[in-house]
Amino acid sequence: MRTALLALEDGRVFPGEAYGATGQAVGEAVFATGMTGYQETLTDPSYRAQVLVMTAPHIGNTGINDEDCESTRMWPAGLVVRDPARRPSSWRSRGSLDAALAREGVVGIAGVDTRAVTRHLRQRGVMRAGISSGGADVDTLLAVVRSAPPMAGADLSAEVTTTRCYVVPAIGRRLASVAAIDFGLKASTPALLARRGIEVHVLPAWTGVDEIAARGVDGVVCSNGPGDPAAASAAVALVRQILERRWPCLGICFGHQVLGRALGFATYKLPFGHRGLNCPVQDLASGAVEVSAHNHGFALDAPVGRAVSTAYGRAEVTHVCLNDGVVEGIALRNEGGEVLAFGVQYHPEAAAGPHDSEHLFDRFASMVVQAAAADGGR
Amino acid sequence: MGGAEMPRRADLASVLVIGSGPITIGQACEFDYSGTQACRALRQEGLRVVLVNSNPATIMTDPELADATYVEPITAEFVEQVIAKERPDALLATLGGQTALNTALALHGAGVLEKYGVELIGANVEAIVAGEDREAFKQVVRSLPEHWGAHVADSVVCRSLPECLDAAAVLGFPVVVRPSFTLGGTGSGLARGPDDLRAIAGAGLAASPTGQVLLEESIAGWKEYELEVMRDRADNVVVVCSIENVDPMGVHTGDSVTVAPAMTLTDREYQQLRDIALGVIRAVGVDTGGCNIQFAVHPFDGRVVVVEMNPRVSRSSALASKATGFPIAKIAAKVAIGYTLDEIRNDVTGQTPACFEPTLDYVVVKVPRFAFEKFPGADTTLTTHMKSVGEVMAIGRNFAEALQKALRSLEQVEAVFDWAQPVADKTTLLQRASIPHDGRLRTVMDAIRAGAAVEELTAATAIDPWFCDQLVALDEVAKLVVSASELSPELLRTAKRSGFSDAQLAGLRRLPEDVVRGVRHALGVRPVFKTVDTCAAEFAASTPYHYSSYDDETEVAPRERPAVIILGSGPNRIGQGIEFDYSCVHASQSLAEAGYETVMVNCNPETVSTDYDVSGRLYFEPLTLEDVLEVVHAERAAGPLAGVVVQLGGQTSLGLAARLVDEGVRVVGTSPQAINVAEDRGAFGRLLASAGLPAPRHGLASSAAEATRVAAEIGYPVLVRPSYVLGGAGMEIVCDDEALRAYLDQHLTRGSAAHAVLVDRFLDDAVEIDVDAIFDGEQLFVGGVMEHIEEAGVHSGDSACVLPPITLGREDLERVTAATTTLAERIGVRGLLNVQYALTGDVVYVLEANPRASRTVPFVSKATGVPLAKAAARVMLGERIADLRRDGLLPARGDGASMPPGTPVAVKQAVLPFQRFRTLDGKTVDSVLGPQMRSTGEVMGIDAGFGAAFAKSQTAAYGGLPTGGRVFVSVANRDKRSMIFPVKRLADLGFEISATSGTATVLARNGVMARVVPKLSEARSRAGEATVVARILAGEIDLVINTPHGATSGGRPRADGYEIRTAAIQRNIPCITTVQGLAAAVQGIEALRRDGLGVRSLQEWSSEVGR
Repeated sequence: MRTALLALEDGRVFPGEAYGATGQAVGEAVFATGMTGYQETLTDPSYRAQVLVMTAPHIGNTGINDEDCESTRMWPAGLVVRDPARRPSSWRSRGSLDAALAREGVVGIAGVDTRAVTRHLRQRGVMRAGISSGGADVDTLLAVVRSAPPMAGADLSAEVTTTRCYVVPAIGRRLASVAAIDFGLKASTPALLARRGIEVHVLPAWTGVDEIAARGVDGVVCSNGPGDPAAASAAVALVRQILERRWPCLGICFGHQVLGRALGFATYKLPFGHRGLNCPVQDLASGAVEVSAHNHGFALDAPVGRAVSTAYGRAEVTHVCLNDGVVEGIALRNEGGEVLAFGVQYHPEAAAGPHDSEHLFDRFASMVVQAAAADGGR
Repeated sequence: MGGAEMPRRADLASVLVIGSGPITIGQACEFDYSGTQACRALRQEGLRVVLVNSNPATIMTDPELADATYVEPITAEFVEQVIAKERPDALLATLGGQTALNTALALHGAGVLEKYGVELIGANVEAIVAGEDREAFKQVVRSLPEHWGAHVADSVVCRSLPECLDAAAVLGFPVVVRPSFTLGGTGSGLARGPDDLRAIAGAGLAASPTGQVLLEESIAGWKEYELEVMRDRADNVVVVCSIENVDPMGVHTGDSVTVAPAMTLTDREYQQLRDIALGVIRAVGVDTGGCNIQFAVHPFDGRVVVVEMNPRVSRSSALASKATGFPIAKIAAKVAIGYTLDEIRNDVTGQTPACFEPTLDYVVVKVPRFAFEKFPGADTTLTTHMKSVGEVMAIGRNFAEALQKALRSLEQVEAVFDWAQPVADKTTLLQRASIPHDGRLRTVMDAIRAGAAVEELTAATAIDPWFCDQLVALDEVAKLVVSASELSPELLRTAKRSGFSDAQLAGLRRLPEDVVRGVRHALGVRPVFKTVDTCAAEFAASTPYHYSSYDDETEVAPRERPAVIILGSGPNRIGQGIEFDYSCVHASQSLAEAGYETVMVNCNPETVSTDYDVSGRLYFEPLTLEDVLEVVHAERAAGPLAGVVVQLGGQTSLGLAARLVDEGVRVVGTSPQAINVAEDRGAFGRLLASAGLPAPRHGLASSAAEATRVAAEIGYPVLVRPSYVLGGAGMEIVCDDEALRAYLDQHLTRGSAAHAVLVDRFLDDAVEIDVDAIFDGEQLFVGGVMEHIEEAGVHSGDSACVLPPITLGREDLERVTAATTTLAERIGVRGLLNVQYALTGDVVYVLEANPRASRTVPFVSKATGVPLAKAAARVMLGERIADLRRDGLLPARGDGASMPPGTPVAVKQAVLPFQRFRTLDGKTVDSVLGPQMRSTGEVMGIDAGFGAAFAKSQTAAYGGLPTGGRVFVSVANRDKRSMIFPVKRLADLGFEISATSGTATVLARNGVMARVVPKLSEARSRAGEATVVARILAGEIDLVINTPHGATSGGRPRADGYEIRTAAIQRNIPCITTVQGLAAAVQGIEALRRDGLGVRSLQEWSSEVGR
């Protein structure tokens, strides 16, 4: 059994054993509280450049299968677990997580008091961290950690986005089409739209508005993704152009933050973020609560209970997190009260997580289908 | 936050809550836990709470938990009286198990709810029916969107045996038999062929109140899951917990080893179950509250079958509450009165709302506890019919740790993995493991030791390979421990993280346990204590609900106030159950009032004591010396420690007392040395002799010859038992040398002094008296004096008793009080003392004295309105009885030996689980009462007079005495004289009497004409006449009076009486097995016929008596 070290920026060190790939990894230490779905989580591009601490102790129990990846690779820089499975068990399993991590180059550490790490991050806020299973001593590792770039100010879209355009065809009758700007898109988003008869054109993060227009789509999805929305000025500029053209627009997570910035709101970094599958989000209009999947370290600073006039229409907060009041959804309406664009900080595509918010795709699909009908000639 | 202020429903001012009655198999103290939470929550909301529950040993029936507490039978008739008197606005029936739901349905069916305008809240009638009626439920599942993939098992509803046989021909064997509307799977089972089917379905048809059973395609061997779901009136739904059964489908979930959260599902499959669960609770229409939904998942293709749902809180919801920190019953009560989940605070974090799904950063394992040793002959195979009597839960940071902690929490040596015992060959062990049984995981471990691989284990048991691999990993650690050159810190840490106890390590290294502990402590390998916080540390927790683990960081907070650690009573078992938990909870309450920080240690998830709300701190830990010492160590580090209370948790905590003292821990109250004086027969005999207190003649024998000689000296009948006994285990009354030899053959196999038997003169025809008292070193407070209705010889836990004593005079009471005082002084009691006396021929014999909380403390407290355990806890910590009288915790004057006039009469009746157990050939086990305790619970009947109180106790225990009809009488010769008057009285009351020939002759000579009915053994000589057994089974008899003829031989009852009694059990008609019971029954029947029975709350009784 090879030993490994987890060192946090502020000097706290946890010993453990090597797991997955061996070597050294540095990133922002964050904790995720989901009890299922490590395969979806590890393949979620939003975890780029992060050292992911799993609060659920047993990780790897169901192995890795062919169906549950949210992208083509694993993204976290490092993975911290307590009790990795020795042997996976699931009728869908095609191999162990340990082997997959090694293959994907994700440096892991096991046997760590993950609850202690989590409490530390909760009390002091997320911070940079490093894992070493390559024999580095604490001081060397800490020096590397402290010289790593911080998450605040990081623009990471270019590192995770698709470089080529591709189309996810509608399932059944094609009712409309949308562009999905890939800031770190999870595969479930186009899949859920496709199931609703929406053809999805997945486009790189740097795609221009004319290129979108040329594809003749009926709406735009701004995807989730890693990084600081405050550093995403190109994306914000793109969304402003989309709003100017009055294309129906859905922003998810990072896409929602970019939408918010395009509408003139600021974003800020949360002390330890929301990463889990159990978060109550309330729809302020209906009072209904959805249990939702979250993965965000930044949030929108927008006034709750008061609409704001913008160049594109009236913007208002539609959803809040009941745990801490963080803004979780916004909508942009025209003078008639019709929704032009909306964004949610959480993940209606779930994967991993509960399906309570899937209806948001119904809502967006009906918006784009309506737009397609109005635009019938195109 | 969100929406307007939405307070609770303003149209509700009072709510009737129905409890679950006596503890039975399948319905235990989890409903006291949920009912207590609900009553508290409702009262906090300013509602008037009216409660009906016949079980006096519950916290929920403490008078301060409701505005009106009716300890009355839970039948539609009695509850209607309560409704007519109290006129509640609403009825909450989802917290009292199946008993409460069935009663609510009966009240609805009889039009009572409509008549009095009582609204059923929580679940409405349609939802209860849809959840409980299996066919209706299947329709609900079929109505869900197809792409959710929710299937049902193919099935047919049958109303008769021929219908069952036809249906099975279509479905194919094996088939599952499930009766509708029964508790804990009563009458259900897996039929492998037509003969099985006749036996199981026959019983099921009889057990089902609707006379229906369901035959179903077998899904045995599939993976089994449960989700606990909560919904509010705004249609917010959350899943509180997922539970995975280690034992796959085919074993009742109550009998399965289960784990939370689910361990072997991907998110995709888990979310599928969640979607279905949400769909089901909505489609069934559970408006508000909790429900439990059970799933089977095919291990090779993932097909999902929705097995069943309970539209109420359950044993699983109690487990889920303890496993997550999300108090399901409390929240269910709040949503029932109109709150939405987002309006209710999560009181663990204090900041976030209850509208969320708990996430766990630990693993919880539940293991059932069985009591087959109490029911010789019972089939021990585990099926869909629940047989366990209790359970333990353990929390660890991984499965292995949680499992091993749970196994040692059972307090059964054979439950813990043990590498010292040799194992049989692999094939034999795999074969044995393939049949579900108590301790199956131990068998699986033995198979691993014999070389079985994971694939072979899964093939034999259908237990998921992941779990099997976890056991293989434990075996590897064990081998590492054996082969290591020394106990290094790394090795200890590895073993500890896999949950190995010091005792297990000692076994592996062939060292004494304390040496292992010493090494471990010297090397600084100690557990830390983590917190159950609902949120995996995402938010700070304000409730100190801890569990141990071998990790880096501890979360025990420092404190200023002195702490008292209270050791609980562990898993429910026969002889030690809710009654002890009751005393522990009371001690915690009263010591908190006295300014102490109370610290509870227990491992039973069903109980009130393990509610994180009850004590200042809760440690959910096994009650072994090692685990308790670590808690003591952690609490000593946290602040001053006043001591440890061991008197209240029964044998579990008492058994630790001496060793705790040896380890330098302060045990408060009666010292372990004093406890030992009372338990050691020799020392106790000398104490009695020197105090001049008479005791039955007795002797100790370690050989058969010696035993026969002792018996000859003291004279038959004698009571024999192993020298160290719990709850009457292995105790028997024998009348002659032959029976004695048979007994010794069974119990004296090892012949060592440690396995000696005690031989006591059995006092025939004595009245047994039980006394519960508190002694502070100078003064005695008698809590209550109970007179047993059955004669001495029936275990006090199974015997009905009455308080105040109905036949004892002033002088008797004075003698009993004096003897109790002498005993308390001489033993050195500080706190509670229970003494059993036998009164015969004007001599009061001391049978035994127990310087601890007894099973009867809650009954006495409830009957007299004096909180004995609360007072006793304060005495243990140094307060005086005089102080407590001044403070009002005890009455200013008088005590249980001098009850004021107007005191009601309370009768405690035991509830026995005979219906639950079948022998291998499908018969019920014998119901005759004896010195072995076999009851699972108790009820109380309370009224102004004995007859009415007794009649109520019978109604509450099993449905009640008949007021007319046919009585069958067959008594032993020694009982013939004493049965004449009561039977004559029954005849005068218009009962039709039938009897066996001998009994009929005696009756005829005394002017009672009885129809002679042949016994089973006379069937051939009197061909053509229906035997008594046939008549009972045909429903032609309403009451059976049958006292055992002579002694049992070698534990086997005489055939005739056995057949009669088991027939009575099958028909569920009262069967009286003692003449004293008969006399009481006649008084009860007279009271029933005189003017019916009324209801009165404890609060009314107490204001009447002026206490």
